[in-house]
Amino acid sequence: MKSGSNLEQVLTEGHFAVTSEIGPPKGTSADFVRKTAEHLKNCCDAMNVTDNQTAIVRMSSLAACAILRQMGIDAVTQMVTRDRNRLAMQSDILGAVALGIRNLLCLSGDHQKFGNHPTAKNVYDVDSIQLAQMVKTMRDEGLFMSGDKISGEVPIFIGCAANPFADPFEFRVLRLAKKIRAGADFIQTQAVFDVPRFSAWMEMVRDEGLHEQTHILAGIIPMKSAGMARYMRKYVAGLMIPDDLVTRMEHAQDAKEEGIAIAVELIEQMRDIPGVRGVHIMAVAWEEVVPEIVERARLLPRPIV
Amino acid sequence: MIIGEQKTLEEIKKLVADHDRILILGCGTCVTVCFAGGEKEVGILASSLRMATEIDNQEKVFDEATVQRQCEWEFLDAVEEEIQSHDLVLSMACGIGVQAIVERFPEARVAPAINTTFLGLPEEHGLWTERCAACGECILHLTAGICPIARCAKSMLNGPCGGSQGGECEIDPEVPCAWQLIYDRLKAQGRLDQMLEVMPARDWSTGRDGGPRKLVREDLRLQSQDHE
Repeated sequence: MKSGSNLEQVLTEGHFAVTSEIGPPKGTSADFVRKTAEHLKNCCDAMNVTDNQTAIVRMSSLAACAILRQMGIDAVTQMVTRDRNRLAMQSDILGAVALGIRNLLCLSGDHQKFGNHPTAKNVYDVDSIQLAQMVKTMRDEGLFMSGDKISGEVPIFIGCAANPFADPFEFRVLRLAKKIRAGADFIQTQAVFDVPRFSAWMEMVRDEGLHEQTHILAGIIPMKSAGMARYMRKYVAGLMIPDDLVTRMEHAQDAKEEGIAIAVELIEQMRDIPGVRGVHIMAVAWEEVVPEIVERARLLPRPIV
Repeated sequence: MIIGEQKTLEEIKKLVADHDRILILGCGTCVTVCFAGGEKEVGILASSLRMATEIDNQEKVFDEATVQRQCEWEFLDAVEEEIQSHDLVLSMACGIGVQAIVERFPEARVAPAINTTFLGLPEEHGLWTERCAACGECILHLTAGICPIARCAKSMLNGPCGGSQGGECEIDPEVPCAWQLIYDRLKAQGRLDQMLEVMPARDWSTGRDGGPRKLVREDLRLQSQDHE
């Protein structure tokens, strides 16, 4: 075991993993974190907490993850390289381990232009791949990026993102390979709506044997309304939603029910794709729907490892 | 002006290692003035490379050319034939010159022989120092004409920080503290009150942080379109 995290154990034992995600509050309420986490607690193996998602300031991922640890939940701390330099990141990683956090998702983060502080300076001292490499060096060699020795272990299960819907398409698999080389133990992909494109990507992943070198979890976003579907298609960079899914949402009597049904179908399709080791369900601001989706996808109860 | 510094001969030898016909292309503007990549430096580098490759028993051709400004396509067009007839252009211009060649001649292989170091001025013979960070929103009127963005190691707007001692920056005694300089000037001019206001966090989106920048001058664009 690299970290001994619940997520790592579930994946290592060969179970189809389910991770979920919460967006921390734009405020100070620990109760908000606890309440949201309570909804998701029994239907996932680990819970991500986003890090200033879309460059909007929220409670820190690290702090919210510490609250999850108090609840006995396996937390995945997301870390974007936009807001911190290598000193801050390494010190936060030491703190995360001290707080019992065992999973870290290494991201570059959305540009601050999209958030609520568009005039901010960005850091990008290192990028997401360099961050993964840095964490791997900390864990496997016990060294900081500078080469100085770390006291104590750094048992972290290293995660990275992958977006099969970004361009250039052919390079996406090569970049995944690069992330694996840098240290990615698991991958959470951008939300899948376009199954043929995702399948084509997975085929290339299998051709390179990458599905055996990392654990790939396919991203799922449940759509709450036709408006949300249209909004995501138009404004969310790197997301592809086929017309027929948007039409289905538009024509549905009960849009929420249709959104859930689509999410369940997508999960079932993901399970049929060789090399997909789990799903990552992102229902930020609609967390209460996740248990139903996981149950209808026949993924309950979650394994106890 | 843009200040550049030639890479080491060892580095440059690696850049040309896989090529046989090399055009060393100088630039007649900034890098000529700072003795990094003008006609004279092109000649010296060509001789050095000829000698070095001869010693290593390699047969390579090093031709020389210098254009007035590598960062403008019309000047590059004048040496199109030379560029096309070599398998590597070793550019002695700044990073803008290198990219101008690549954009004008997509087939060309180009390598940089100099490092573009900063925007600055010659303080003495053989000494250049940085003055401007091209941040996109000039505040020199607030800082006694001394730029804290480029010249303070922390780009602080409300300095000097606790690391300023005897006019020196904490990073290096050779580096003057920009805020000491600002303080001295404002004090001498009786404008110290300017330093007492809390200068607010600035808008970095006008700088590199906002993404690659562009400048559109509609007045000039319309004019040029009329001519066409």
